[in-house]
Amino acid sequence: MSRIEACFSALKAQGRQALIPYVTAGDPNPQVTVGLMHQMVSVGADLIELGIPFSDPMADGPVIQLACERALSHNTSLAMILAMVAEFRQDNSTTPVVLMGYLNTVEKMGYDVFVAAAKEVDLDGVLLVDLPPEESADFAKNLRQAGLDAIFLITPTTTEERIKKICAVGSGYLYYVSLKGVTGGASIDTVAVEQKLDLVKQHTKLPLGVGFGIKDAASAARVSQIADGVVVGSVLVNALGDNANDPAKGCAQVVATLSEMRQAMDAAV
Amino acid sequence: MTNATSLPDADGHFGPYGGRFVSETLFAALDDLRDTYDRLWQSPEFQAEFDLDMAHYVGRPSPLYLAKRLTQKYGGAQIYLKREDLNHTGAHKINNTIGQALLAKHMGKPRIIAETGAGQHGVASATVAARLGLECVVYMGVEDIRRQAQNVYRMKLLGAKVVGVTSGTQTLKDALNEAMRDWVTNVDNTYYIIGTAAGPHPYPKLVRDFQSIIGREARRQSLEQTGKLPDAVVACVGGGSNAIGIFHPFIDDKDVRLIGVEAGGKGLETGQHAAPLSDGTPGVLHGNRTYLMSDDNGQILGTHSVSAGLDYPGVGPEHSYLKDIGRAEYVVATDDEALHSFRELCLLEGIIPALESSHAVAYACKMASQMRPDQTIVVNLSGRGDKDMQTVADIDGIEV
Repeated sequence: MSRIEACFSALKAQGRQALIPYVTAGDPNPQVTVGLMHQMVSVGADLIELGIPFSDPMADGPVIQLACERALSHNTSLAMILAMVAEFRQDNSTTPVVLMGYLNTVEKMGYDVFVAAAKEVDLDGVLLVDLPPEESADFAKNLRQAGLDAIFLITPTTTEERIKKICAVGSGYLYYVSLKGVTGGASIDTVAVEQKLDLVKQHTKLPLGVGFGIKDAASAARVSQIADGVVVGSVLVNALGDNANDPAKGCAQVVATLSEMRQAMDAAV
Repeated sequence: MTNATSLPDADGHFGPYGGRFVSETLFAALDDLRDTYDRLWQSPEFQAEFDLDMAHYVGRPSPLYLAKRLTQKYGGAQIYLKREDLNHTGAHKINNTIGQALLAKHMGKPRIIAETGAGQHGVASATVAARLGLECVVYMGVEDIRRQAQNVYRMKLLGAKVVGVTSGTQTLKDALNEAMRDWVTNVDNTYYIIGTAAGPHPYPKLVRDFQSIIGREARRQSLEQTGKLPDAVVACVGGGSNAIGIFHPFIDDKDVRLIGVEAGGKGLETGQHAAPLSDGTPGVLHGNRTYLMSDDNGQILGTHSVSAGLDYPGVGPEHSYLKDIGRAEYVVATDDEALHSFRELCLLEGIIPALESSHAVAYACKMASQMRPDQTIVVNLSGRGDKDMQTVADIDGIEV
């Protein structure tokens, strides 16, 4: 059983949902990231999505684009991020870590080199937003053979035919993008999301994480009632950006926000 | 090589290049566009509609003009100019925007968006939007807005909203990112007119098909005017739409050399250029796999060219394929070489070319001097230089 699978099944047994924070690796500087990951786990994060900064993050809004620029100003590279995962694993062997980003950074390292390195550092999954299932058959297979999960997005515009295709190639969990738009966009419409999730559930037994548009404890709690996991990104990244010159303060805000979300989610059960 | 003209495959691949590397939200829209395009492009009614606009609105066919004094000066092959600069709005870009606006109309989309570098594609998009009564939003890097103030004003006169892009390098690639973000958000009512033969499938294919009218005309005109096919066809390559448009109808004519001229900027050795085919590596950006300028960590590099329209770190995927199979050759002309040809064409032929097209002229002159007088070169003069007055005057230290 993969670490991601174990995480979701343990939560399910407790009747709880996963809290999944996203932060960009190296934001606001590379020294902050591993410590922040531990802090997030300490207030109830169940799985961490760690962003690979990219110069041209087309699917992201201005908040994450700026995070990428901050991280890249310190030359945060994929190799450095893999080293961060290894460092995190020295003190944490249970919390799954998923890298999320754009294909070109991985392509430049080389698929085989990346998969081998990811296995070596005990990474759990990879989500590349511009790598759709039809272009990723080999990559997804290589990841699975190395014991890693290939995570894919489903969106409001995804047809039932594509949902089947994505469910066939994905593993670990599926990430449902709650709205048409970029990260940090509008607020979530949980009724519409629930309808689409019902359709997705007809085609998969994989856990469903929902992200985009979750901005506070109340929306996190609402989403936790219809999904297996709640992904929260831009609101956390914003806190880091607002305090880029005082990372400790930024991290404290991230932790406070996550803590409120955790409590609201657990109270909503 | 004979099947090079049958590409892309059903999923938009030109060999290992092309494809659809976009976020999941856009797949339904791309499927819809592909199906609509495949159906309409085969329909005689759509073809007739397109051809009518090409003739009566754009002013096609554009002439194939023998540049006698330029030819004389270099003392070799005869240099013919394919006069896309004479099109309505002043460049080849209108061929594509007319085609795509017709698609938008048939798909019932009331709003179009576009990205632009030099502003020519933005102007061409604003033009067709005005004509069809569509809302039009153009994304443009603030650095390009500064360089191309006249085109910004043109777009506004034509009723378009120009949105300045301040992210990243504030040039064409960032404008494209921003347009993609708009499209993801407003995909239900919005048609995205990509300005070059790049991006996710089916864009590289449909832009090529709309632009291939250049090559079909040039091929026919060469036969009529010289009794034979040209020995070489030369075009500048930024994203590569004017080049693929003139190259494509010649791909099966194996004796015709196809030469794409990238922006050499301050020289390849300086790293300050925009020449991914000459000095880049394959990667994935803006929805397709193609040659790119990126660093060892896969981050996209800033580019430099005197011409905003060539200032782009990627290139259309079909060019990457034609390079790998050896059917087309890709070379560079520097800023200085382009500026020299810009001035020379003004003085010798009375034609003010776009700085983009001046790159093609520069390389063609260099080639011509090494060729025989009975040989011919067709240069795609893809646009006129009115928009570049400010840039050249600045270089000359003159207030206009």
